[in-house]
Amino acid sequence: MTAAVQPALTIRGLTKSFPGIRAVDGVSCDVYPGEIFGLVGPDGAGKTTTLRMLAGVMPPDQGSATVAGSDVVHDPEAAKHDLSYMPQRFGLYEDLTVDENIRFYGDLFGVRANERRARSAQLLEAAGMSEFRKRLAGKLSGGMKQKLGLVCALIHHPKVILLDEPTTGVDPVSRRDFWRILYNLIAEGVAILTSTAYLDEAERCHRVALMHEGKLLFLDTPAKLKSGFAKGVLAILSSDARRMKEELKRVEGISSLVLTGDGVHVVIEDPVRRIPQIKAQLVSAQVPFSEMRQVVPTIEDLFVDAVTSGRSGGQG
Amino acid sequence: MNPNRLAAIATKEIIHIRRDVRSLIIVVLMPAILVLLFGYGVSLDLKHLPVYVFDRNGTQASQDLLKRFQSSNYFRIAKVANSYPELAQAIDSGKATLAIIIPHDFSERLHDGGPVEIQAIVDASDDNTANLAVGYAQGVLQGYSSDLQVEWRERRGLPRQFVPLSTEVRTWFNEDLESSAFIVPGVLALVMTVIGAFLTSLTVAREWERGTMEQLISTPVTALEIMLGKLLPYFVIGMVDVGLSTALAVYWFRIPFRGTIATLFLSSALFLIVMLLLGFFISVIAKTQLAASQIALIVTFLPAFLLSGFLFAIEQMPVFIQYVTRVLPARYYVSALKNIFLKGTPVEMLYADLLPLAVFALVLVLLATRAFKKKLA
Repeated sequence: MTAAVQPALTIRGLTKSFPGIRAVDGVSCDVYPGEIFGLVGPDGAGKTTTLRMLAGVMPPDQGSATVAGSDVVHDPEAAKHDLSYMPQRFGLYEDLTVDENIRFYGDLFGVRANERRARSAQLLEAAGMSEFRKRLAGKLSGGMKQKLGLVCALIHHPKVILLDEPTTGVDPVSRRDFWRILYNLIAEGVAILTSTAYLDEAERCHRVALMHEGKLLFLDTPAKLKSGFAKGVLAILSSDARRMKEELKRVEGISSLVLTGDGVHVVIEDPVRRIPQIKAQLVSAQVPFSEMRQVVPTIEDLFVDAVTSGRSGGQG
Repeated sequence: MNPNRLAAIATKEIIHIRRDVRSLIIVVLMPAILVLLFGYGVSLDLKHLPVYVFDRNGTQASQDLLKRFQSSNYFRIAKVANSYPELAQAIDSGKATLAIIIPHDFSERLHDGGPVEIQAIVDASDDNTANLAVGYAQGVLQGYSSDLQVEWRERRGLPRQFVPLSTEVRTWFNEDLESSAFIVPGVLALVMTVIGAFLTSLTVAREWERGTMEQLISTPVTALEIMLGKLLPYFVIGMVDVGLSTALAVYWFRIPFRGTIATLFLSSALFLIVMLLLGFFISVIAKTQLAASQIALIVTFLPAFLLSGFLFAIEQMPVFIQYVTRVLPARYYVSALKNIFLKGTPVEMLYADLLPLAVFALVLVLLATRAFKKKLA
């Protein structure tokens, strides 16, 4: 990102409260053309509310946001030609076919018929859905539905794309198609802001931010976030990871514990020096474990540590 | 207003209707079914009421009287009974609406110059029918009475009795006094409520319920385009159904049609617009299809059925209810329909019906456009 490039999306102090809860609390960040920006966080962190405000479908209480040069707070309609928003719930018409849904959204955005045909052929091809054009949207699988949603959202060449957990509940093959389409868009200079519940997807974003209780905790590239992490991570493999995690809770000085597929990640300061003590603890508790070594932290380690240790204030 | 976006919304709505069997049935079959149902099934006329008679006199005179009942259109002698219990049982079981008992001294007392009392038992569980039955029976007896009197005076060479007043009734507008001519035009009001308010009440609510509204309002389409695009198909369907229902009424049921087609369509368009806007407004507020359809039923269909003057004359309702009917659009449309069909009232004389409808339309335009925002709560 060079300094000369104007951000496609600027967010300043965006705030929204609902009765009894401050859903979004002073969020600020920029998203640049050609960038995939990941918004990661647990359910109820405020990701959906943030995206809705940026899409101009929900007015914020405070703060400002510009999307593709238009102020979405004061004139939410102005940005809508250059914007694309895919809500978390499937937003298409199940009793319309794939082609009819695409045509509907094309018409709403004033896309010409020949332009629409060329664009939809190319997008459906990339989504691996060319042979399902006459199928009712309601008869598609979950992954296909999400890809159709993306095709409809891209039919008018938007400059900014807002995706709300687009791959939740989607099969791995469709997820791969989905991300391939997103990477193709970057070449067109599109700015993409996506929320995701999958932390492995966060690693594929250019920059990520952790959202927790309405605030952004971290914001940087995945690599910089990992290298800037002050603590270390020990990976311990075990056949009984859950029991091991319970046992490790007794060890003082451990910042947080993250379950992985085959064991536990222990987030701790000065990890190598602590190995003998942890080993002794596990042996005395008769918890089986096979291997214990220091590893590069994952995004998940960082975020779980940030959320569970209740520490706020990152570089956001 | 962008015509392409409007067309896109309208096209989508037509596809929804075409692919939904329920809507399709309501749109295509319901008008015909309602016209046939009310044309055949609902008759407020009283004809051929079943009557049991118990003739304890059994003379020529008593038979003459019974013949009068038999020859009247209103009654049908179902059975000649032989005892009181038989009559009571017939009334109890509903086999007879009216029972007539001729006393054993009927002919003798007539001969002595009367008076004779004829006992009649009526099933008054349906008070309307009972009232009519008693009225018609009294009419038959009175006719017989006065004929006897004329006969009696003639036999004695007395001059005809002085009759101060007599009425000669001319029935206008519904010459045959058929209630179907009164009811069937009003069926159009029911058809319009179902198409206009009931079906449209589902459209916006469905988008909220299925989550499609969130994506829709993130596009450049305007609130007005969504509203008009959704209502336009139903407007066209409603007008076609007006034509079909009218054709069925006029050509099948021979309901007189004395007005002009233009007046009919103008009045129907006005009422349909009111119903469409009301349906849209309900849909916007209700946000779920179930709530929307129930509200639409209670606010539009039931009043159109019961309080519009469609079946029951407003003048005969309690005064308070009469005031209530003034805020019901259906009341004005039913009145306009009866005027157009039966009286052929020209459009410029229908202002008392059409002006209130125009006011409703205006108020609802304001309400609907204010209520529907391109925003999540």
